[in-house]
Amino acid sequence: MTKKTFLERLNDPQVFVLDGATGTNLQSRGLTKGLSAEVWVLEEPDKILGLAKDFVAAGADIILTCTFGATTIRLAHTTVAGKEDRINRKAVELAQQAVAGTDVLVAGSIGPTGQLLSPLGPLEETDAIKCFAEQARSLATAGVDLLVVETQFDLAEAKAALTGIRMKTDLPVVCSFSFDRGTRTMMGLKPSTVGEEITPLGVAAIGINCGRSLEDNQKAMGELRESTTLPIWYKPNAGLPQLDPDGNSTYNLSPEEMASQVSGWISIGAKLIGGCCGTSPDHLSAIAKEIRK
Amino acid sequence: MSDLLRDIYSSIMDGRQKETAEKVQEALDQGADPSVLLNEGMIAAMTEVGKLFEEGEYFVPEMLVAARAMQTGLGILKPYLVKADVKSSGKVVAGTVKGDLHDIGKNLVCMMLEGSAFEIIDLGADVDPQRFVEAVHQTQADIVAMSALLTTTMPNMKVTIEALKAAGLRDNVKVMVGGAPLTQQYADEIGADGFAPDASRAVATAKSLLAA
Repeated sequence: MTKKTFLERLNDPQVFVLDGATGTNLQSRGLTKGLSAEVWVLEEPDKILGLAKDFVAAGADIILTCTFGATTIRLAHTTVAGKEDRINRKAVELAQQAVAGTDVLVAGSIGPTGQLLSPLGPLEETDAIKCFAEQARSLATAGVDLLVVETQFDLAEAKAALTGIRMKTDLPVVCSFSFDRGTRTMMGLKPSTVGEEITPLGVAAIGINCGRSLEDNQKAMGELRESTTLPIWYKPNAGLPQLDPDGNSTYNLSPEEMASQVSGWISIGAKLIGGCCGTSPDHLSAIAKEIRK
Repeated sequence: MSDLLRDIYSSIMDGRQKETAEKVQEALDQGADPSVLLNEGMIAAMTEVGKLFEEGEYFVPEMLVAARAMQTGLGILKPYLVKADVKSSGKVVAGTVKGDLHDIGKNLVCMMLEGSAFEIIDLGADVDPQRFVEAVHQTQADIVAMSALLTTTMPNMKVTIEALKAAGLRDNVKVMVGGAPLTQQYADEIGADGFAPDASRAVATAKSLLAA
């Protein structure tokens, strides 16, 4: 079976379903507190596969690999330091296994390094580029259909990621930002600036993921829509987190409440819709039904 | 003199490191009272920076460069403060909890506290509960400030508080917590004394804890 590529699909009139949260869902499946999800790619691959399958069953057209933090910089002080390449490859393999026999695509997730770039922080731009290039090479070699640079907050780091990726692969790239201070990122970046700066860099879509409330994210999407003609990738959180003392977070929106907002998102311009933190397979299923209704 | 104070204030507000250093030195050379420079120049500027951050006028970059300018000025001022016997606002042991490598927020908190004349013992990131305990024991700190970005590492705040209890040190220090996923409710539930949603309000929290 030949799948329609990501770029071909972007030309279709329909809206596509992405996946839900990785972290919060794995935690509810027993991911130990303080352990990064990437560790489970090697140690509990069945759990990673199970969640991916649940997203496919819920109606996803595209699922993400469990590789958000699988870079040399982010894993440096963990028990899996030095195993970045293995984790990236294994995570792609698991995602591919989950979509086997379907036409669901696999997107390689690339998150921020967690450090601020020089001069504000300790990370040199060249090191950031190298770090992202390595991850892009692992993901591309393992056979992902596209790459998603997500939860970005700093224009310089996002650009470093795009530069690094382009040194290794021509795969389509989505670049998505987290406006977690309302309609600005923690660095003060506006959606309109993201649109203006990222659009010319050869990405296939620009996105918003994570952030804060649904209201703020929707406002951010409106501003982004004004500043780019590219398709919009949209993965908001399922509302705001509520925490118990053990750190178990529940998000305050039910699947139905979240799904009820979908038509509004589409009318603003969302082309690819899923959810970030708190978005369970049930949430995704409700979203998918709403999109295909 | 008030001109120089105003210059120090605005050079910190704008994050002009070199100018801050020059103006502080100039003021000291003219015999300015170090505690006036600290309180009415530096702390006043950092308080305003914090206010603008809370209001969404300043973001992380503006706050960082302002804090660096302040630190540079403070470096020059410190020997004079010691000589004039100006007391620090309090001693704070700070760190990001075990399992969590995110130190951007924690660093901002440290800088803002330093900008309000607190003495900081920064333990860094991924700090074992026992290291918090040892640091409190060794430094006789007034406050333990813990940060976590991840919901998965937040529970280690509670573990650290338990470790302080087990070591018999819990009553000697105030514990404050912060980080993106945290709430006042969570802070209350794990038995922390204070919570701050951002670096600016961490200063107010620290002050109120020591005033209590």
